[in-house]
Amino acid sequence: MADLHVPATIQRFGQTARRDAWWVRPLVVFTVLSAFVIYATWAALQGVNYHYGSYLSPLYSPELFGKSSHAWFGPLPESWPAFLPTSPALFILWAPGLFRLTCYYYRGQYYRAFAADPPSCAVGEPSRKYSGERKFPLVLQNLHRYFLYIALFFLLILLYDVWKAMWFNDAETGHERFGVGVGTIVLAVNVVLLGGYTFGCHSLRHLAGGIKDRLSGRPIRRRMYMCVSCFNRRHMVWAWLSLVWVAFSDLYVRLCATGMLTDWKILL
Amino acid sequence: MIMNAEFQIWRGGKDSAGRFESYSIETTEGMVVLDAVHHIQSNQAPDLAVRWNCKAGKCGSCSAEINGTPKLMCMTRLSELPVGQPVTIAPLKAFPLIRDLVTDVSWNFRVKKKIPPFRPRKPDAPDGTWRIAQEDIDRVQEFRKCIECFLCQDVCHVLRDHQQFESFSGPRYMVYLAALEMHPLDVEDRIPLIKKENGIGLCNITKCCTAVCPEEIRITDNAIIPLKERVVDRFYDPIRKLFNLFK
Repeated sequence: MADLHVPATIQRFGQTARRDAWWVRPLVVFTVLSAFVIYATWAALQGVNYHYGSYLSPLYSPELFGKSSHAWFGPLPESWPAFLPTSPALFILWAPGLFRLTCYYYRGQYYRAFAADPPSCAVGEPSRKYSGERKFPLVLQNLHRYFLYIALFFLLILLYDVWKAMWFNDAETGHERFGVGVGTIVLAVNVVLLGGYTFGCHSLRHLAGGIKDRLSGRPIRRRMYMCVSCFNRRHMVWAWLSLVWVAFSDLYVRLCATGMLTDWKILL
Repeated sequence: MIMNAEFQIWRGGKDSAGRFESYSIETTEGMVVLDAVHHIQSNQAPDLAVRWNCKAGKCGSCSAEINGTPKLMCMTRLSELPVGQPVTIAPLKAFPLIRDLVTDVSWNFRVKKKIPPFRPRKPDAPDGTWRIAQEDIDRVQEFRKCIECFLCQDVCHVLRDHQQFESFSGPRYMVYLAALEMHPLDVEDRIPLIKKENGIGLCNITKCCTAVCPEEIRITDNAIIPLKERVVDRFYDPIRKLFNLFK
């Protein structure tokens, strides 16, 4: 389109005629995302107090190697090099982390809040070369669908964690007994919110039916597309609620494990 | 209720240094910004250039930047704007100024000409025409609401700030391309074009286009991202590529 050049006035960084508090939203996004990343990194590096009885922190699930009863393959082998990380969270947290990092919604938000690209609509941005998502590393954002597949698998594991969180050790008989604690509800809400976020994923919407120009005569596919589209309309809400609740769930389990909080049993 | 209000309107042509000029008028309940501009044009500045047509938010002519935000002048009520402060009205920033509030948006029409038009499949109904199920056309009908006001083009930072007019077609034409690509009768393949010439990879989905659309088309969610996903299918999904080899 070489013959389509249009000259126009470029705004300086932050220059705008907008009168509203346009900077509030990117500031809130910057604060909440930074707080989450700092907390999740701190929690992941701890390697302790991530489980309490039948509860397992979602930041550590699935626990592949670890000392708790939740570990799939038991403790780390003794031959594990000492300089490598040992916290179970570090083996798995990359997957949900990359799912959110490559999420279409979050991309738009962190480009604004962290890169000021643009800081807000109709607000001038720093002068620099721009290639969008066409070059490395941002071209890798196109792999989002692969992290979606992993996220769907993780969702099943977290659902199983909720089931396990419904079984408590009976001190009198020594057997497991069905019950519901506050922690069970916290972990269940976590799965619901993560489910709402994952099932509204734009890539899932595409795979469910967006890929097709015609959905008539494909009732199941059409139903799936409608269902994902329904979640997708509130993708932003699900994204933020699920993010905050994951951190809260970890904090709840952590506080119970350290004895700073008592887990009330609602049904036992 | 009659109130006095101040308007600062951009005055100037492409060859002269422009500036905001102040006008005070008495406003009445229910007035929109375009009413105020017409009042100023009739009584104080008869040479004020402004493009308008329907006054009903359907022709897309009266696009401007009101208090710094791209909006249709005919659909912006004065009661929505902060009271007691002058209302600034400026031309669209992304396009070359002709005079006052009028910009040259002809670049958009030149982009449109370069997009391969609708090409239907062979008629498959006994009467030599086609049948389309409503559920197949629902998605596309949202895109048909576009009034070509070019507010989305104006606010898009790829055009507005990065000036990538040569490599990016802008949100308006992503909507147009989505309407063609998702049409159940269309058989033209525009995916390589969408990736290269239309430059969909330049969009970083900050949703400003969606925010300013007066027709409330979910441009990013329903047009741009689905097109991005189709481009991923073709160019960035190694497993799909492998699968297609054995098809």
